[in-house]
Amino acid sequence: MFNKILIANRGEIACRVIKTARKMGITTVAVYSDADKQALHVQMADEAVHIGPPPANQSYIVIDKVMEAIKSSGAQAVHPGYGFLSENARFAEALEAAGVAFVGPPKGAIEKMGDKITSKKIAQEAGVSTVPGHMGLIADAEEAVKISAEIGYPVMLKASAGGGGKGMRIAWNDDEAREGFQSSKNEAANSFGDDRIFIEKFVTQPRHIEIQVLCDSHGNGIYLGERECSIQRRNQKVVEEAPSPFLDEATRKAMGEQAVALAQAVGYASAGTVEFIVDGDKNFYFLEMNTRLQVEHPVTELITGVDLVEQMIRVANGEKLTITQDDVTLTGWAIENRLYAEDPYRGFLPSIGRLTRYRPPAEVAAGPLLDQGTWQGEAPAGDTAVRNDTGVYEGGEISMYYDPMIAKLCTWAPTRAEAIERMRVALDSFEVEGIGHNLPFLSAVMDHPKFVSGDMTTAFIAEEYPEGFEGVVLPEPELRRIAAACAAMHRVAEIRRARVSGRMDNHARKVGREWNVHLQGASYDLSIDADPSGATVHLGEGENLRVTGDWTPGDQLAEMRVGDAPLVLKVGKISGGFRIRTRGADIKVHVRTPRQAELARKMPEKLPPDTSKMLLCPMPGLVVKLDVAVGDEVQEGQALCTIEAMKMENILRAERRGTVTKVNATAGDSLAVDDIIMEFE
Amino acid sequence: MGFGMKDILEQLEDRRAAARLGGGQKRIDAQHGRGKLTARERVDLLLDEDSFEEFDMFVTHRCTDFGMEAQKPAGDGVVTGWGTINGRLVYVFSQDFTVLGGSVSETHAKKICKIMDMAVQNGAPVIGINDSGGARIQEGVDSLAGYGDVFKRNITASGVVPQISMIMGPCAGGAVYSPAMTDFIFMVKDSSYMFVTGPDVVKTVTNEHVSAEELGGATTHTRKSSVADGAFENDVEALAEVRRLVDFLPANNREKPPVRPFFDDPDRIEPSLDTLVPANPNTPYDMKELILKLADEGDFYEIQAEFAKNIITGFIRLEGRTVGVVANQPLVLAGCLDIDSSRKAARFVRFCDAFEIPILTLIDVPGFLPGTSQEYGGVIKHGAKLLYAFGEATVPMVTVITRKAYGGAYVVMSSKHLRADFNYAWPSAEVAVMGAKGATEIIHRADLGDPEKLAKHTADYEERFANPFVASERGFVDEVIQPRSTRKRVARAFASLRNKSVQLPWKKHDNIPL
Repeated sequence: MFNKILIANRGEIACRVIKTARKMGITTVAVYSDADKQALHVQMADEAVHIGPPPANQSYIVIDKVMEAIKSSGAQAVHPGYGFLSENARFAEALEAAGVAFVGPPKGAIEKMGDKITSKKIAQEAGVSTVPGHMGLIADAEEAVKISAEIGYPVMLKASAGGGGKGMRIAWNDDEAREGFQSSKNEAANSFGDDRIFIEKFVTQPRHIEIQVLCDSHGNGIYLGERECSIQRRNQKVVEEAPSPFLDEATRKAMGEQAVALAQAVGYASAGTVEFIVDGDKNFYFLEMNTRLQVEHPVTELITGVDLVEQMIRVANGEKLTITQDDVTLTGWAIENRLYAEDPYRGFLPSIGRLTRYRPPAEVAAGPLLDQGTWQGEAPAGDTAVRNDTGVYEGGEISMYYDPMIAKLCTWAPTRAEAIERMRVALDSFEVEGIGHNLPFLSAVMDHPKFVSGDMTTAFIAEEYPEGFEGVVLPEPELRRIAAACAAMHRVAEIRRARVSGRMDNHARKVGREWNVHLQGASYDLSIDADPSGATVHLGEGENLRVTGDWTPGDQLAEMRVGDAPLVLKVGKISGGFRIRTRGADIKVHVRTPRQAELARKMPEKLPPDTSKMLLCPMPGLVVKLDVAVGDEVQEGQALCTIEAMKMENILRAERRGTVTKVNATAGDSLAVDDIIMEFE
Repeated sequence: MGFGMKDILEQLEDRRAAARLGGGQKRIDAQHGRGKLTARERVDLLLDEDSFEEFDMFVTHRCTDFGMEAQKPAGDGVVTGWGTINGRLVYVFSQDFTVLGGSVSETHAKKICKIMDMAVQNGAPVIGINDSGGARIQEGVDSLAGYGDVFKRNITASGVVPQISMIMGPCAGGAVYSPAMTDFIFMVKDSSYMFVTGPDVVKTVTNEHVSAEELGGATTHTRKSSVADGAFENDVEALAEVRRLVDFLPANNREKPPVRPFFDDPDRIEPSLDTLVPANPNTPYDMKELILKLADEGDFYEIQAEFAKNIITGFIRLEGRTVGVVANQPLVLAGCLDIDSSRKAARFVRFCDAFEIPILTLIDVPGFLPGTSQEYGGVIKHGAKLLYAFGEATVPMVTVITRKAYGGAYVVMSSKHLRADFNYAWPSAEVAVMGAKGATEIIHRADLGDPEKLAKHTADYEERFANPFVASERGFVDEVIQPRSTRKRVARAFASLRNKSVQLPWKKHDNIPL
């Protein structure tokens, strides 16, 4: 076995690989850019080598620099993680030349599968059904429009070297094809250094289901079931699960066997993923093969008990697979939620900055990973598992240079319903402050009836949240529980306040039992009977809710039981009450005495200032170009300017018709959130 | 039986009911229509439930001019008395806009003076709720004399008991000078304004067209003039927040600040503070994060949050005890000192010192803001106010230098030289006369044309001075501490200072550079 392994990556996946390598007794070497000097993967690794300035194209994806780090550290093997150099055949070649093992497939397999056009041809030759499309290279936007029209809209424009949603656009008409071609090309050039684009039919109502394969260099190959990855936003996966609630055993077997056959056709030897589109009749079409460890691999690990990173390292070491297809069983259900530094209330735009607070829920070990002794870490055992793969820590910095995904929260339970419920509580307990993030959105998805029933397609987010995400409106029974909890919390806080020193003896303030709670437009008059173990809240008409928990004033997380179910609240301070975040909702809760409530009703409603006639910068970023000038008339939906952040080009569009009266920014400016870019009339 | 007890009780109740109705239901409705509560409703929300004891409910004015003898409402436009806030005694007056527009008469002023005298005598804060059209013109000079009597008492009470002014309606002309001399002024957004001369006079005299809101609304006074210390959305919020402030304040200058039970470990370690100061000395960071992570339960009551944001002032608790915080804010103007920030912090420091509130100073200051506007504006004298305030303070003082402590600004900001009791520095601290680049350009003027040499000199200077160790070799920094353990270190430092006692030479009063 190798003595020393270098991880040519950063963030959570570098940490993930380090954990397994450490378990196997292998010394780990991290690489880092200037922006990552204090990153978690650097802290976790045994050694760390600096490889350049923050932009990935000057550090993490510069082969020479990584090779230099390998040489200086004396690493015998390299795990590339995902992204960066993981599917770069030239990198695999350079390693081969240097006599260093690549923890991934042979370079031939990368070349064949890494290029989407070539891989599709191979798949077709191998008899795998594929989606109709144009396999050739496209010269310019006009040709793209012509081909798109021939295939028939909607079409998908994709970067040949792409992945993770970058350099990918869906076009529903000629204009969008033209615009999409150009922006895909730009993004592809920036992200991958390869601007080839291809076009294919965009299959509607599809599910994205992928098969995990594992092959060794001795001709053995197995599949480890599927992952359902249909919950995506602009082709970027958000929620994954294993198994899929949609597949039957026969389809699973057919897909699995095809996937293994395809892998073996290219001499694959490592962990890999074959992605399929599956339609409503369970017809499946080959999409692409990812010749690397997939982001969402933990859900497969959680239901199979197989440590995929360990298997990859063993295969790279030339070992034979010790697991046969018959050994693979799928036990229970695992769900992964990806935590992105993206603000769901601002159209999921990237958010950067300091993580002033980062407290993931406690990890708990359970299920196959625990049973087979392949669990990473020292979490206590339980009936349901919580696993959090992360690359950040409280006090760390989310920079604009890299992928905005900061953690992958997974739960496992014997059934899908239990795994979802465990996830809801885990999301409510996850504290992240300082940056915008998608936790509220994830909570909303976990409560969405379509997700709960397992009836989703890749269009789920676009269809269910067509206007974006505006927070969750909590149902009435949930409001009552929150009202009861907040009243009990407020009472505790008020009693403490009344115990300040310097009081007039024998004339202390008496904290009453009658309260009014106002939240999300609802108002509850209630009374509280407290006892040493908790409080009973009377909501009128004989309805009583028992509230217990160990919350004390100042705690930012309240883990309570209300009625007979858990209630986990993120608690912030506002005047006269709390800012409460739970289940994707973000609400102000005012707790008042009856007299305060009576007088508060006399207060006028105040409206926030009107910013509708301004274009505010929705995220920190760089102005790439301005499309309009003072005096221009703009139509609703017209592109106004392009802001680049986190390697994504974001086109800002006019929300309504108007005339530009003022432009405050020029190309090259770097802007902060809410900077006024232009004003209209 | 002629005049029975029962009849008298009934009569009392009737008279009380009439007094409570103030200017009548119609005017009460109008007051509500303007988004404002009545004088009595405000007192209800300010004080603990059922704790208000009223004085002078039946007082009436004695004016007989201009038909005033025909309208003699009970109480004369102001509700006065005392009660408790979380069980602690406070005195309160609340002007009643529904009664003669809350205008100040001789007797109205006398009522206010009565509770102020009692507050000073009995050592309890005074909270004044201002909602008045101004002087009672019909009374002429009697009304002005009333203002004068109140002013005199504001001055006498200053530094003896905390005085808090709530501006919850108009407050114009001479009336502004009573709040102006109190310790804190709070306003309500959109329904209060303060000015010496109103928009009409301004228009006549200077030809400026300005609205009352622009001239003296909450935004103006919290952001531009700094007359107000804070502004709130509405009456209910304003009164709740003043209750919160009173919880921090001692009742008078003979008492220590209050202590309340707390649910936060004084030894709490915050590893994230180790990365608060960015590697690049020119990158800003939010000092408020440090304040919130040091404070008990993350509870911070900020004073003048919207003004001179390059310095932060406000109250926190450590181990349940009030501590005043003064902190440079690197996010704004790099945290430099200037006229506004010096004035803001100086006044806050003097309040803390007057009322025995220990002071925690958090330093990241690159120096004073240069420029003609600063010099012409008298930054020398204004900067001296902060220097003077720290230098004269005798309360427990703990200082933490997080990053830059440059030049004169270093000395000003509660340095060891000004009698700070504890002067801690983080390892990222740079205690020096100025930044390395500027210093090098002066010391090595001859090499100005040679960027290579200059870079070397700069690196040498950084190596030598851009750290806390030179200062700690001299004893100007008591100890270099780990950022993560700052709460524990600071809490222990204050705990050790609870019996601090300083004797100063006798003087009538000092002569701070006003």
